Amino acid sequence: MIRVVLPAHLRTLARVGGEVELRVDGEVTQRAVLDALEAAYPALRGTIRGHDGGPRRAFIRFFACEQDLSHESPDAPLPAAVATGAEPYLIVGAMAGG
Amino acid sequence: MSQVRVLVGTRKGAFVLNADGKRERWEVSGPFFPGWEIYHVAGSPADPDRLFASQSSGWFGQVIQRSDDGGVTWEPVGNEFKYDGETGTHQWYDGTPHPWEFARVWHLEPAPDDPDTVYAGVEDAGLFKSTDGGQHWAELPGLRTHRSGPSWQPGAGGMCLHTIILDPGHPGRMYAAISAAGAFRSDDHGQTWEPVNRGLRSGGIPDEDAEVGHCVHRMAMHPARPEVLYMQKHWDVMRTDDAGGSWHEISGNLPTDFGFPIGVHAHEPDTVYVVPITSDSHHFPPEGKLRVYRSRTGGDDWEALTRGLPQEHCYVNVLRDAMAVDSLEDCGIYFGTTGGQVYGSADAGDNWAPIVRDLPAVLSVEVQTLP
Repeated sequence: MIRVVLPAHLRTLARVGGEVELRVDGEVTQRAVLDALEAAYPALRGTIRGHDGGPRRAFIRFFACEQDLSHESPDAPLPAAVATGAEPYLIVGAMAGG
Repeated sequence: MSQVRVLVGTRKGAFVLNADGKRERWEVSGPFFPGWEIYHVAGSPADPDRLFASQSSGWFGQVIQRSDDGGVTWEPVGNEFKYDGETGTHQWYDGTPHPWEFARVWHLEPAPDDPDTVYAGVEDAGLFKSTDGGQHWAELPGLRTHRSGPSWQPGAGGMCLHTIILDPGHPGRMYAAISAAGAFRSDDHGQTWEPVNRGLRSGGIPDEDAEVGHCVHRMAMHPARPEVLYMQKHWDVMRTDDAGGSWHEISGNLPTDFGFPIGVHAHEPDTVYVVPITSDSHHFPPEGKLRVYRSRTGGDDWEALTRGLPQEHCYVNVLRDAMAVDSLEDCGIYFGTTGGQVYGSADAGDNWAPIVRDLPAVLSVEVQTLP
Protein backbone atom coordinates (compact mmCIF):
# COMPACT_ATOMS: atom_id res chain seq x y z
CA MET A 1 0.00 0.00 0.00
CA ILE A 2 1.12 3.53 -0.71
CA ARG A 3 1.16 5.82 2.31
CA VAL A 4 0.17 9.44 1.70
CA VAL A 5 0.39 12.28 4.18
CA LEU A 6 -1.94 15.20 3.51
CA PRO A 7 -1.74 18.75 4.85
CA ALA A 8 -4.06 19.42 7.76
CA HIS A 9 -6.70 21.34 5.78
CA LEU A 10 -7.00 18.54 3.25
CA ARG A 11 -7.22 15.91 5.98
CA THR A 12 -10.19 17.86 7.32
CA LEU A 13 -11.74 18.17 3.88
CA ALA A 14 -11.27 14.45 3.17
CA ARG A 15 -12.32 13.55 6.72
CA VAL A 16 -9.30 11.42 7.45
CA GLY A 17 -7.15 11.39 10.54
CA GLY A 18 -3.56 10.40 9.91
CA GLU A 19 -1.95 8.87 6.86
CA VAL A 20 -4.02 7.66 3.94
CA GLU A 21 -3.26 4.25 2.52
CA LEU A 22 -3.92 3.66 -1.17
CA ARG A 23 -3.65 0.72 -3.53
CA VAL A 24 -2.04 1.68 -6.82
CA ASP A 25 -2.09 -0.82 -9.64
CA GLY A 26 0.77 -0.69 -12.13
CA GLU A 27 3.70 1.66 -11.98
CA VAL A 28 3.75 3.92 -8.94
CA THR A 29 4.07 7.46 -10.23
CA GLN A 30 2.92 10.77 -8.79
CA ARG A 31 0.07 10.83 -11.29
CA ALA A 32 -1.02 7.29 -10.34
CA VAL A 33 -0.95 8.13 -6.63
CA LEU A 34 -2.93 11.33 -7.10
CA ASP A 35 -5.42 9.56 -9.37
CA ALA A 36 -5.96 6.93 -6.67
CA LEU A 37 -6.19 9.57 -3.96
CA GLU A 38 -8.83 11.59 -5.82
CA ALA A 39 -10.80 8.44 -6.67
CA ALA A 40 -10.92 7.49 -3.00
CA TYR A 41 -11.57 11.04 -1.78
CA PRO A 42 -13.44 13.01 -4.47
CA ALA A 43 -13.60 16.11 -2.25
CA LEU A 44 -9.87 16.54 -2.92
CA ARG A 45 -10.34 17.00 -6.66
CA GLY A 46 -9.08 20.40 -7.69
CA THR A 47 -7.38 21.12 -4.36
CA ILE A 48 -3.96 19.60 -5.13
CA ARG A 49 -3.81 19.90 -8.91
CA GLY A 50 -6.17 20.99 -11.64
CA HIS A 51 -9.25 19.01 -12.48
CA ASP A 52 -8.67 16.24 -15.03
CA GLY A 53 -5.15 15.74 -13.69
CA GLY A 54 -4.05 19.26 -14.49
CA PRO A 55 -0.90 20.91 -13.16
CA ARG A 56 0.04 21.05 -9.48
CA ARG A 57 -1.36 24.05 -7.66
CA ALA A 58 1.30 26.67 -7.13
CA PHE A 59 1.54 26.41 -3.34
CA ILE A 60 1.53 22.62 -3.19
CA ARG A 61 4.73 20.62 -2.91
CA PHE A 62 5.41 16.87 -3.15
CA PHE A 63 8.15 15.36 -0.97
CA ALA A 64 9.36 11.81 -0.40
CA CYS A 65 12.54 10.23 0.91
CA GLU A 66 13.89 13.68 1.82
CA GLN A 67 13.60 14.83 -1.80
CA ASP A 68 11.46 17.54 -3.36
CA LEU A 69 9.64 15.81 -6.22
CA SER A 70 7.46 18.81 -7.06
CA HIS A 71 9.21 19.52 -10.32
CA GLU A 72 9.62 15.91 -11.42
CA SER A 73 7.51 14.55 -14.23
CA PRO A 74 4.17 13.29 -12.88
CA ASP A 75 4.79 10.12 -14.87
CA ALA A 76 8.24 9.38 -13.45
CA PRO A 77 8.41 6.39 -11.10
CA LEU A 78 8.40 7.28 -7.41
CA PRO A 79 11.25 5.97 -5.22
CA ALA A 80 11.02 2.28 -4.44
CA ALA A 81 10.60 3.03 -0.74
CA VAL A 82 7.36 4.88 -1.53
CA ALA A 83 6.15 2.12 -3.84
CA THR A 84 6.70 -0.50 -1.10
CA GLY A 85 5.13 1.64 1.61
CA ALA A 86 8.35 1.96 3.58
CA GLU A 87 8.28 5.73 3.19
CA PRO A 88 5.26 8.03 2.85
CA TYR A 89 4.53 10.38 -0.04
CA LEU A 90 4.09 13.84 1.44
CA ILE A 91 1.71 16.40 -0.01
CA VAL A 92 2.67 19.70 1.55
CA GLY A 93 1.13 23.14 1.63
CA ALA A 94 4.06 25.48 1.03
CA MET A 95 5.04 27.58 4.02
CA ALA A 96 3.86 31.14 3.58
CA GLY A 97 2.85 33.94 5.83
CA GLY A 98 4.69 35.83 8.51
CA MET B 1 -42.41 32.63 16.79
CA SER B 2 -40.28 33.48 13.76
CA GLN B 3 -36.55 33.07 13.86
CA VAL B 4 -33.59 34.55 12.06
CA ARG B 5 -30.41 32.82 10.99
CA VAL B 6 -27.46 35.05 10.13
CA LEU B 7 -24.83 33.48 7.89
CA VAL B 8 -21.38 34.99 8.26
CA GLY B 9 -18.39 34.39 6.00
CA THR B 10 -14.99 35.43 7.32
CA ARG B 11 -11.32 35.27 6.41
CA LYS B 12 -10.94 32.21 8.62
CA GLY B 13 -14.20 30.29 8.54
CA ALA B 14 -17.98 30.53 8.57
CA PHE B 15 -20.29 31.22 11.47
CA VAL B 16 -24.03 30.78 11.92
CA LEU B 17 -25.87 33.06 14.33
CA ASN B 18 -29.38 32.07 15.40
CA ALA B 19 -32.00 34.02 17.34
CA ASP B 20 -35.73 34.09 17.80
CA GLY B 21 -37.82 36.93 16.42
CA LYS B 22 -36.91 39.25 19.26
CA ARG B 23 -33.29 39.11 18.09
CA GLU B 24 -31.94 39.74 21.56
CA ARG B 25 -30.26 36.43 22.51
CA TRP B 26 -28.00 34.80 19.96
CA GLU B 27 -26.59 31.33 19.63
CA VAL B 28 -23.28 31.34 17.77
CA SER B 29 -22.10 28.25 15.87
CA GLY B 30 -18.74 27.84 14.20
CA PRO B 31 -16.18 28.25 12.96
CA PHE B 32 -17.11 25.97 10.11
CA PHE B 33 -14.23 25.28 7.69
CA PRO B 34 -11.74 26.94 10.08
CA GLY B 35 -8.73 28.52 8.45
CA TRP B 36 -10.36 28.88 5.02
CA GLU B 37 -11.65 32.07 3.48
CA ILE B 38 -15.42 31.97 3.26
CA TYR B 39 -16.42 34.58 0.76
CA HIS B 40 -20.14 33.93 0.97
CA VAL B 41 -22.78 31.74 2.61
CA ALA B 42 -26.32 31.83 1.23
CA GLY B 43 -29.56 29.99 1.89
CA SER B 44 -32.13 28.79 -0.61
CA PRO B 45 -35.43 30.68 -0.43
CA ALA B 46 -37.11 27.50 -1.71
CA ASP B 47 -35.66 25.36 1.09
CA PRO B 48 -34.19 27.47 3.87
CA ASP B 49 -32.34 24.51 5.37
CA ARG B 50 -30.30 24.24 2.19
CA LEU B 51 -27.24 26.45 2.44
CA PHE B 52 -24.29 26.93 0.12
CA ALA B 53 -20.87 28.21 1.16
CA SER B 54 -17.94 29.34 -0.94
CA GLN B 55 -14.77 28.09 0.73
CA SER B 56 -11.41 29.00 -0.75
CA SER B 57 -7.72 29.10 -0.04
CA GLY B 58 -4.64 30.38 -1.80
CA TRP B 59 -3.12 26.93 -1.32
CA PHE B 60 -5.98 24.60 -2.10
CA GLY B 61 -8.28 26.60 -4.37
CA GLN B 62 -12.06 26.53 -4.41
CA VAL B 63 -14.44 24.26 -2.52
CA ILE B 64 -18.22 24.59 -2.44
CA GLN B 65 -19.94 23.25 0.65
CA ARG B 66 -23.62 22.46 0.99
CA SER B 67 -25.74 21.96 4.06
CA ASP B 68 -29.21 20.43 4.02
CA ASP B 69 -29.92 20.96 7.69
CA GLY B 70 -29.54 24.67 8.19
CA GLY B 71 -25.80 24.69 8.68
CA VAL B 72 -25.43 21.94 11.27
CA THR B 73 -23.63 19.55 8.90
CA TRP B 74 -21.95 20.22 5.55
CA GLU B 75 -20.81 18.23 2.54
CA PRO B 76 -18.43 19.35 -0.19
CA VAL B 77 -20.09 19.40 -3.61
CA GLY B 78 -18.74 20.32 -7.04
CA ASN B 79 -15.81 22.70 -7.30
CA GLU B 80 -14.99 22.67 -11.01
CA PHE B 81 -15.59 26.10 -12.55
CA LYS B 82 -14.44 25.82 -16.13
CA TYR B 83 -14.98 28.72 -18.48
CA ASP B 84 -16.94 27.74 -21.55
CA GLY B 85 -14.92 27.68 -24.77
CA GLU B 86 -12.19 30.16 -25.59
CA THR B 87 -11.39 32.18 -22.49
CA GLY B 88 -9.84 35.15 -24.25
CA THR B 89 -8.26 38.03 -22.38
CA HIS B 90 -9.21 41.02 -20.29
CA GLN B 91 -6.96 43.91 -19.35
CA TRP B 92 -4.47 43.47 -16.53
CA TYR B 93 -3.69 46.24 -14.05
CA ASP B 94 -1.02 47.58 -16.36
CA GLY B 95 -3.31 47.58 -19.36
CA THR B 96 -1.84 44.51 -21.04
CA PRO B 97 -4.05 41.60 -22.15
CA HIS B 98 -4.37 38.92 -19.47
CA PRO B 99 -6.02 35.51 -19.87
CA TRP B 100 -9.16 34.86 -17.91
CA GLU B 101 -8.21 32.72 -14.88
CA PHE B 102 -10.61 31.33 -12.30
CA ALA B 103 -9.64 32.37 -8.78
CA ARG B 104 -12.66 31.95 -6.48
CA VAL B 105 -16.40 32.24 -6.03
CA TRP B 106 -17.34 35.60 -4.56
CA HIS B 107 -21.09 35.32 -4.43
CA LEU B 108 -23.71 32.57 -4.46
CA GLU B 109 -27.31 33.37 -5.40
CA PRO B 110 -29.77 30.51 -4.88
CA ALA B 111 -32.84 30.59 -7.12
CA PRO B 112 -36.07 31.60 -5.40
CA ASP B 113 -38.12 28.65 -6.59
CA ASP B 114 -35.78 25.66 -6.85
CA PRO B 115 -33.42 24.51 -4.11
CA ASP B 116 -31.20 22.76 -6.66
CA THR B 117 -30.58 25.87 -8.74
CA VAL B 118 -27.90 28.31 -7.66
CA TYR B 119 -25.82 30.91 -9.47
CA ALA B 120 -22.20 31.72 -8.71
CA GLY B 121 -20.36 34.94 -9.45
CA VAL B 122 -16.64 34.32 -9.77
CA GLU B 123 -13.24 35.97 -10.16
CA ASP B 124 -12.09 36.40 -12.95
CA ALA B 125 -15.52 37.72 -13.76
CA GLY B 126 -17.90 35.05 -14.92
CA LEU B 127 -21.33 33.71 -14.09
CA PHE B 128 -21.93 30.02 -13.42
CA LYS B 129 -25.10 28.04 -12.73
CA SER B 130 -25.79 24.72 -11.09
CA THR B 131 -29.11 22.91 -11.41
CA ASP B 132 -28.17 19.92 -9.27
CA GLY B 133 -27.55 21.45 -5.89
CA GLY B 134 -24.00 22.50 -6.61
CA GLN B 135 -22.65 19.18 -7.84
CA HIS B 136 -21.91 20.50 -11.33
CA TRP B 137 -21.42 24.03 -12.60
CA ALA B 138 -21.81 25.38 -16.12
CA GLU B 139 -20.87 28.84 -17.22
CA LEU B 140 -23.38 31.23 -18.74
CA PRO B 141 -20.71 32.55 -21.11
CA GLY B 142 -22.74 35.34 -22.69
CA LEU B 143 -21.60 37.75 -20.00
CA ARG B 144 -17.86 37.04 -20.08
CA THR B 145 -17.85 36.98 -23.87
CA HIS B 146 -19.64 40.31 -24.22
CA ARG B 147 -17.89 42.40 -26.86
CA SER B 148 -16.62 44.73 -24.12
CA GLY B 149 -14.94 41.88 -22.16
CA PRO B 150 -11.42 42.44 -23.50
CA SER B 151 -11.51 45.97 -22.06
CA TRP B 152 -12.54 44.98 -18.52
CA GLN B 153 -9.96 45.51 -15.78
CA PRO B 154 -9.74 44.18 -12.23
CA GLY B 155 -10.39 46.36 -9.22
CA ALA B 156 -7.95 46.25 -6.33
CA GLY B 157 -9.63 43.11 -4.99
CA GLY B 158 -9.57 41.29 -8.30
CA MET B 159 -11.93 41.19 -11.26
CA CYS B 160 -14.87 39.82 -9.38
CA LEU B 161 -18.50 39.27 -10.24
CA HIS B 162 -19.91 40.12 -6.83
CA THR B 163 -23.59 40.94 -7.32
CA ILE B 164 -26.30 38.75 -8.83
CA ILE B 165 -29.90 39.96 -8.65
CA LEU B 166 -32.76 37.82 -9.98
CA ASP B 167 -35.70 40.07 -10.88
CA PRO B 168 -38.86 38.60 -9.34
CA GLY B 169 -41.10 40.76 -11.52
CA HIS B 170 -39.73 39.82 -14.92
CA PRO B 171 -39.03 36.14 -15.56
CA GLY B 172 -35.64 35.77 -17.18
CA ARG B 173 -34.37 39.19 -16.16
CA MET B 174 -31.27 39.29 -14.03
CA TYR B 175 -28.49 41.70 -13.15
CA ALA B 176 -24.82 41.21 -12.48
CA ALA B 177 -22.16 43.65 -11.36
CA ILE B 178 -18.42 43.39 -11.84
CA SER B 179 -15.50 45.32 -10.40
CA ALA B 180 -14.33 47.09 -12.43
CA ALA B 181 -16.52 46.63 -15.47
CA GLY B 182 -19.90 47.82 -14.26
CA ALA B 183 -23.49 46.66 -14.22
CA PHE B 184 -25.03 44.31 -16.76
CA ARG B 185 -28.58 43.10 -17.43
CA SER B 186 -29.91 40.01 -19.11
CA ASP B 187 -33.53 39.58 -20.21
CA ASP B 188 -33.13 36.00 -21.39
CA HIS B 189 -32.15 34.00 -18.30
CA GLY B 190 -28.49 34.99 -18.56
CA GLN B 191 -27.87 33.96 -22.14
CA THR B 192 -27.09 37.46 -23.44
CA TRP B 193 -26.14 40.60 -21.57
CA GLU B 194 -25.90 44.33 -22.11
CA PRO B 195 -24.11 46.93 -19.99
CA VAL B 196 -26.48 49.16 -18.02
CA ASN B 197 -24.14 51.94 -16.93
CA ARG B 198 -25.61 55.04 -18.54
CA GLY B 199 -25.42 57.93 -16.10
CA LEU B 200 -22.44 56.58 -14.15
CA ARG B 201 -19.40 58.84 -14.04
CA SER B 202 -16.10 57.53 -12.74
CA GLY B 203 -13.11 59.78 -12.37
CA GLY B 204 -10.61 56.96 -12.38
CA ILE B 205 -11.11 55.96 -16.01
CA PRO B 206 -10.12 57.91 -19.12
CA ASP B 207 -13.68 58.36 -20.38
CA GLU B 208 -15.68 59.17 -17.26
CA ASP B 209 -19.01 58.04 -18.69
CA ALA B 210 -17.79 55.07 -20.70
CA GLU B 211 -20.09 52.18 -21.47
CA VAL B 212 -18.01 49.89 -19.21
CA GLY B 213 -15.12 50.26 -16.80
CA HIS B 214 -16.98 51.47 -13.72
CA CYS B 215 -16.10 50.04 -10.34
CA VAL B 216 -19.53 49.08 -9.06
CA HIS B 217 -19.24 47.88 -5.48
CA ARG B 218 -22.75 46.59 -4.85
CA MET B 219 -26.34 46.81 -6.12
CA ALA B 220 -29.63 46.18 -4.34
CA MET B 221 -33.29 45.91 -5.31
CA HIS B 222 -36.58 45.79 -3.46
CA PRO B 223 -38.59 42.88 -4.86
CA ALA B 224 -41.84 44.86 -4.86
CA ARG B 225 -40.38 47.51 -7.16
CA PRO B 226 -37.87 45.73 -9.33
CA GLU B 227 -37.40 48.48 -11.88
CA VAL B 228 -35.64 50.52 -9.16
CA LEU B 229 -32.07 49.57 -8.35
CA TYR B 230 -29.68 51.18 -5.92
CA MET B 231 -25.92 51.11 -6.36
CA GLN B 232 -22.92 51.86 -4.21
CA LYS B 233 -20.25 52.66 -6.73
CA HIS B 234 -16.57 53.09 -5.80
CA TRP B 235 -17.48 56.73 -5.40
CA ASP B 236 -21.15 57.80 -5.68
CA VAL B 237 -24.41 56.28 -4.52
CA MET B 238 -26.66 55.86 -7.53
CA ARG B 239 -30.23 54.94 -8.42
CA THR B 240 -32.04 53.84 -11.54
CA ASP B 241 -35.81 53.96 -11.97
CA ASP B 242 -35.88 52.18 -15.30
CA ALA B 243 -34.09 48.87 -14.73
CA GLY B 244 -30.68 50.29 -15.48
CA GLY B 245 -31.66 52.36 -18.50
CA SER B 246 -30.17 55.40 -16.79
CA TRP B 247 -28.71 56.15 -13.38
CA HIS B 248 -28.73 59.32 -11.31
CA GLU B 249 -26.75 60.17 -8.22
CA ILE B 250 -28.45 60.10 -4.82
CA SER B 251 -25.42 60.73 -2.58
CA GLY B 252 -27.07 63.93 -1.27
CA ASN B 253 -25.86 64.85 2.20
CA LEU B 254 -23.71 61.78 2.89
CA PRO B 255 -20.41 62.67 4.57
CA THR B 256 -18.64 60.71 1.84
CA ASP B 257 -20.10 58.72 -1.00
CA PHE B 258 -17.38 56.08 -1.04
CA GLY B 259 -18.37 52.73 0.43
CA PHE B 260 -19.09 49.11 -0.30
CA PRO B 261 -22.47 47.64 0.74
CA ILE B 262 -25.95 48.97 0.03
CA GLY B 263 -29.22 47.50 1.26
CA VAL B 264 -32.95 48.10 1.07
CA HIS B 265 -35.50 47.79 3.90
CA ALA B 266 -37.58 44.63 3.56
CA HIS B 267 -40.94 46.46 3.57
CA GLU B 268 -40.10 50.00 2.48
CA PRO B 269 -38.71 50.23 -1.06
CA ASP B 270 -37.61 53.83 -0.48
CA THR B 271 -35.61 53.07 2.65
CA VAL B 272 -31.98 52.51 1.75
CA TYR B 273 -28.86 51.87 3.83
CA VAL B 274 -25.18 52.56 3.15
CA VAL B 275 -22.03 52.67 5.27
CA PRO B 276 -19.93 55.65 4.20
CA ILE B 277 -16.18 55.04 4.17
CA THR B 278 -13.72 57.91 4.06
CA SER B 279 -12.09 57.16 0.72
CA ASP B 280 -10.46 54.54 -1.42
CA SER B 281 -7.14 55.34 0.21
CA HIS B 282 -8.59 55.31 3.75
CA HIS B 283 -10.69 52.21 4.06
CA PHE B 284 -12.23 53.25 7.38
CA PRO B 285 -15.18 55.39 8.48
CA PRO B 286 -14.90 59.18 8.58
CA GLU B 287 -13.75 60.60 11.93
CA GLY B 288 -13.39 57.10 13.39
CA LYS B 289 -17.19 56.93 13.79
CA LEU B 290 -18.98 53.86 12.52
CA ARG B 291 -22.24 55.14 11.09
CA VAL B 292 -24.87 53.51 8.95
CA TYR B 293 -26.75 56.08 6.88
CA ARG B 294 -30.41 55.58 6.10
CA SER B 295 -32.51 57.36 3.54
CA ARG B 296 -36.28 57.08 3.78
CA THR B 297 -36.76 58.97 0.54
CA GLY B 298 -35.01 56.69 -1.91
CA GLY B 299 -31.79 58.65 -1.63
CA ASP B 300 -30.45 62.23 -1.44
CA ASP B 301 -31.67 62.83 2.11
CA TRP B 302 -29.69 60.68 4.56
CA GLU B 303 -29.65 60.37 8.36
CA ALA B 304 -26.82 58.95 10.45
CA LEU B 305 -27.66 55.90 12.56
CA THR B 306 -25.24 55.76 15.46
CA ARG B 307 -27.00 54.43 18.54
CA GLY B 308 -25.04 51.39 19.72
CA LEU B 309 -22.26 51.78 17.16
CA PRO B 310 -18.75 52.93 18.14
CA GLN B 311 -18.43 56.68 17.73
CA GLU B 312 -14.74 57.03 18.42
CA HIS B 313 -11.53 55.24 17.47
CA CYS B 314 -13.26 52.94 15.01
CA TYR B 315 -11.22 52.14 11.90
CA VAL B 316 -12.86 49.07 10.43
CA ASN B 317 -14.34 48.61 6.98
CA VAL B 318 -17.61 47.02 5.91
CA LEU B 319 -17.19 44.99 2.74
CA ARG B 320 -19.60 44.81 -0.18
CA ASP B 321 -21.39 41.57 0.70
CA ALA B 322 -21.42 42.19 4.44
CA MET B 323 -24.84 43.77 4.97
CA ALA B 324 -28.27 42.12 4.90
CA VAL B 325 -31.85 42.68 6.04
CA ASP B 326 -34.34 40.22 7.46
CA SER B 327 -38.04 40.30 6.62
CA LEU B 328 -39.62 40.30 10.05
CA GLU B 329 -42.31 42.91 10.61
CA ASP B 330 -39.80 45.12 12.38
CA CYS B 331 -37.13 44.87 9.73
CA GLY B 332 -33.77 43.76 11.09
CA ILE B 333 -30.52 44.86 9.53
CA TYR B 334 -27.11 43.30 10.03
CA PHE B 335 -23.57 44.06 8.97
CA GLY B 336 -20.11 42.70 9.63
CA THR B 337 -16.78 44.49 9.80
CA THR B 338 -13.19 43.79 8.93
CA GLY B 339 -12.58 44.00 12.68
CA GLY B 340 -14.69 40.90 13.25
CA GLN B 341 -17.80 42.48 14.70
CA VAL B 342 -21.29 41.61 13.50
CA TYR B 343 -23.81 44.27 14.46
CA GLY B 344 -27.55 43.84 14.36
CA SER B 345 -30.51 46.15 14.64
CA ALA B 346 -34.04 44.84 15.24
CA ASP B 347 -35.67 48.18 14.54
CA ALA B 348 -34.60 49.14 11.04
CA GLY B 349 -31.36 50.72 12.19
CA ASP B 350 -32.49 52.96 15.04
CA ASN B 351 -30.62 50.92 17.65
CA TRP B 352 -27.66 48.60 17.18
CA ALA B 353 -25.86 46.02 19.28
CA PRO B 354 -22.97 43.69 18.53
CA ILE B 355 -24.00 40.07 18.12
CA VAL B 356 -20.36 38.97 18.16
CA ARG B 357 -17.27 41.13 18.55
CA ASP B 358 -14.17 39.09 17.83
CA LEU B 359 -14.60 37.02 14.70
CA PRO B 360 -12.00 37.03 11.92
CA ALA B 361 -12.48 39.80 9.37
CA VAL B 362 -16.01 39.52 8.01
CA LEU B 363 -16.37 39.07 4.26
CA SER B 364 -20.10 38.48 3.98
CA VAL B 365 -23.34 38.56 5.95
CA GLU B 366 -26.64 37.07 4.87
CA VAL B 367 -29.79 36.55 6.89
CA GLN B 368 -32.64 34.11 6.60
CA THR B 369 -36.05 34.76 8.12
CA LEU B 370 -37.49 31.44 9.24
CA PRO B 371 -41.00 30.51 10.34
